[in-house]
Amino acid sequence: MSLVPVSTPQAPRKFDLAIVGAGPAGMAAAITARDCGLSVLVVDENPAPGGQVFRAAELAGTDPALARDMAPGLDLIARFRALDITYRPGATLWMLDPDMGTLSLSRLNETLEFVADRILLTTGAQERPMPIPGWTLPGVMSAGAAQIALKTAGMVPSGRVVLAGQGPLMWLLANQLIRAGVLPVLVETRTQPILRTALEQGGIFSGLAQLTKGIGLILKARQSGMRVITGAKHLRAEGSSRVQTLRFEGGFEPCDTLLLHEGVIPSTHISMAIGLEHVWDARQFCWRPKLDVFGASSHTRIAVAGDGAVIGGWEAAVATGQLAALDAAFRLGRLAGADRDFRAEASADALLQARALRPFLDALYAPSQEILAPPEESTIICRCEEVTAGSLRWAAAIGATGPNQAKAYLRCGMGPCQGRLCGPTVAAVIAEIRGVAVEEVGHFRPRAPYKPITVQELAGAQHGADRIS
Amino acid sequence: MFRTRPDHRPETVQVYVEGRALMVPEGSSAAAAILIAGLPAIRETAVSGSPRLPWCMMGVCFDCLAEIDGVANRQACMVPVAAGMRIARQHGAREPQR
Amino acid sequence: MVIGGGLVGSAIAWGLRREGLSVVLLDEGDAAYRASRGNFGLVWVQSKGLGAPWYQRWTRQSAESWAQLADDLTKQTGQSLHLAQLGGVHLCLSDQEMKDREARMQQMKREAGNYGFEYRMLDAREAREMLPGLGSAVVGASFTPYDGHVSPLALLRSLHHGFTALGGVYLPNVKITGIATAPRNFLLETNLGTIQAERAVLAAGLGNAALASHFGLKAPVRPQRGQVLVTERTRAALPMPTTTIRQTGEGSIMLGDSVEEVGFDTRQTQPVMAEIAHRAALCFPWIGKLNVVRAWSALRVMSPDGLPIYDQSETLPGAYTANCHSGVTLAAAHGKLLAPMIARGALDPFLAPFSAERF
Repeated sequence: MSLVPVSTPQAPRKFDLAIVGAGPAGMAAAITARDCGLSVLVVDENPAPGGQVFRAAELAGTDPALARDMAPGLDLIARFRALDITYRPGATLWMLDPDMGTLSLSRLNETLEFVADRILLTTGAQERPMPIPGWTLPGVMSAGAAQIALKTAGMVPSGRVVLAGQGPLMWLLANQLIRAGVLPVLVETRTQPILRTALEQGGIFSGLAQLTKGIGLILKARQSGMRVITGAKHLRAEGSSRVQTLRFEGGFEPCDTLLLHEGVIPSTHISMAIGLEHVWDARQFCWRPKLDVFGASSHTRIAVAGDGAVIGGWEAAVATGQLAALDAAFRLGRLAGADRDFRAEASADALLQARALRPFLDALYAPSQEILAPPEESTIICRCEEVTAGSLRWAAAIGATGPNQAKAYLRCGMGPCQGRLCGPTVAAVIAEIRGVAVEEVGHFRPRAPYKPITVQELAGAQHGADRIS
Repeated sequence: MFRTRPDHRPETVQVYVEGRALMVPEGSSAAAAILIAGLPAIRETAVSGSPRLPWCMMGVCFDCLAEIDGVANRQACMVPVAAGMRIARQHGAREPQR
Repeated sequence: MVIGGGLVGSAIAWGLRREGLSVVLLDEGDAAYRASRGNFGLVWVQSKGLGAPWYQRWTRQSAESWAQLADDLTKQTGQSLHLAQLGGVHLCLSDQEMKDREARMQQMKREAGNYGFEYRMLDAREAREMLPGLGSAVVGASFTPYDGHVSPLALLRSLHHGFTALGGVYLPNVKITGIATAPRNFLLETNLGTIQAERAVLAAGLGNAALASHFGLKAPVRPQRGQVLVTERTRAALPMPTTTIRQTGEGSIMLGDSVEEVGFDTRQTQPVMAEIAHRAALCFPWIGKLNVVRAWSALRVMSPDGLPIYDQSETLPGAYTANCHSGVTLAAAHGKLLAPMIARGALDPFLAPFSAERF
């Protein structure tokens, strides 16, 4: 049997600061940390810097469908590329030992190991699961997925395209698709009224720039002739071998591609796996790591920044990345406390500005209970192991008090995604059956490897490959 | 069902999807190549055999598992295309290669 | 009342309910240590009870009752436990390991006496015929026909489901705040109210260590960490389990399991995971290409000599304790043999060697 060579044992390289993720927060943190003289390692799963918001920006920057949205990212990426740091794209972090500061990575079938004094997680956000009946049918994708396809490959769905759900991303994607020559139909699940929510939540004046941009997107899409159906309930995707129709209370839309979206939540897979303390965010209906103003977590070596800390968008991510990097320099003795605080002021101001509109957006796009805990028994909750809402309700009724016991009973969360996608839904359904708050139900406890790696790679982390023949 | 926009992404890479040669834009992932090829499914699940196409395209959901260059169960959305890459569907659980 | 809703407590509670007793099963919450959720899933005989023939006998009895247990539970719940008892092998990677193994097997047979103990030592060629894809590093194996494996999670779920279906009361998320005891009268103050019973069975795993003294019992158990890796599902590839590698009913390959004395530390460690992976790939090189999709560490419940502890309290009759690290293998013994003894009010004399008085 032929073998791919794996790493030969040697002492891992050591850095002042290791950053996991090269999105806006990670890039900004790297820039600030270098400025403070720290040695910096940045590892990222994607082939190029930018995160999801500026995904493939260097390729997409000239695409008229995306150019204006990518422009701010190009500058950040250029500054990041110019840094004298160790940057490892295409590398997957599969284990992190916070006590030792060890990062174990897999890259092109090779196991890499690094050590760092400080570790900053900037692992970003993921889309909230939107488990409606039929969401596993081919032709149904998340809206974010279609946007990534557009950014990385310039490709767009053909035929009839329906966007369903809610959130700022929907209007942005609609505009991008329209610019790319696709006129979708938007079926909005929003139930909150815009004007009253705005008056109640405030932030309109300090967030005026963002608000103007958002309203601009809405007007532009409507002017382009996009049909918008509002207040849609009881969504279901129907079709035999592929989606053909989106059905909802009082109507239906034929479609060849159905793009679903209900906002984004922090990716907490790694922060939970390493045992950081988390808090329940009742405004955004999600868990997030418990952090101080600089992003420092409950573990002395670990900080978290960007959307992985709290959903705030890319400008907030940049600011929190800068703050975390300043704090790292301070903790490593490279920056006096007073200097850290002085330099932090600009970032703190920017953060305030970037988050001004957030309470309004959170309230406006609050997901409905039927999205959080799908009522129909046959709806699949865990896409990997094909576990339904009905079986989960049964498990909760016979004694699964939380996600981990439900996992043991039903295998939900045991597939390759390790519960990334079903975790929020599993907890919400159990909470509903038990009649308690989701935060009381708890969450999955993820374990290493954070992503699947081969047995051989894992073995190679300690043994030379020559011993396996 | 996706289409490319060659006017704006002229650079392409040739890959093989289910043995058929296909030009896909540079920067595509293997999962994107499958969407461009218009396959009805990227895999049939190991649990019930139901057909799936990619869901998230960003490495979260693992619905895009495919056989790439002879290696089964790779997360196709996380694998950038390379010239000559062979991408194939999976049918149920993988076959252990002894 | 049965304190502890893991495999040991659930099997006993299920058995007691079948004996017609009214039973309440008290369990912890979602984040319990729960060795039952970390179990490897072997129904294993071939190395159990070396130097302790009474344990070998108890294990064999359980293995022999297992098919009936699985049948009972499946009839009750409709769920398959994926039980297969077609024998099992222990793989040896050196001539010395082979020699040691043979000596152990001989001793097991000697100690089995009239009860008998069948085993075969397989050379490399025989082993390869039995287990296609075996690596060249394997020099031989021992085989016994008694061994098998089962889904430990399906077992736990079926016991909970079956117990409830029989009218048992399962109470999760219980926190004990006070204990009052008298012979054949036990009273627990809990966050869910007061619970009173004539019998109390302590099956709280590592929690027994602190509970036992309240009931005039001893349970000197300690945690022993084990780490396990699980691959993605594959088509059927392994006809029978080995001591550390088995293919589950779903198709994934489980690789286990380490033995570590690290106290209540449930962290995973990369060197141990690497060692498990390394050994598995040596035994079956094709496993090297599979993806590990899950891994975990869990705590076994170990007594000082590694054998189970079963007792009825002398000062507080009606209080029992059950402690072991083989919750799966012994599930049939606990549900079908031990529970009836508790229902009758006395442990059979052949369980006397398992008393904590031995320490």
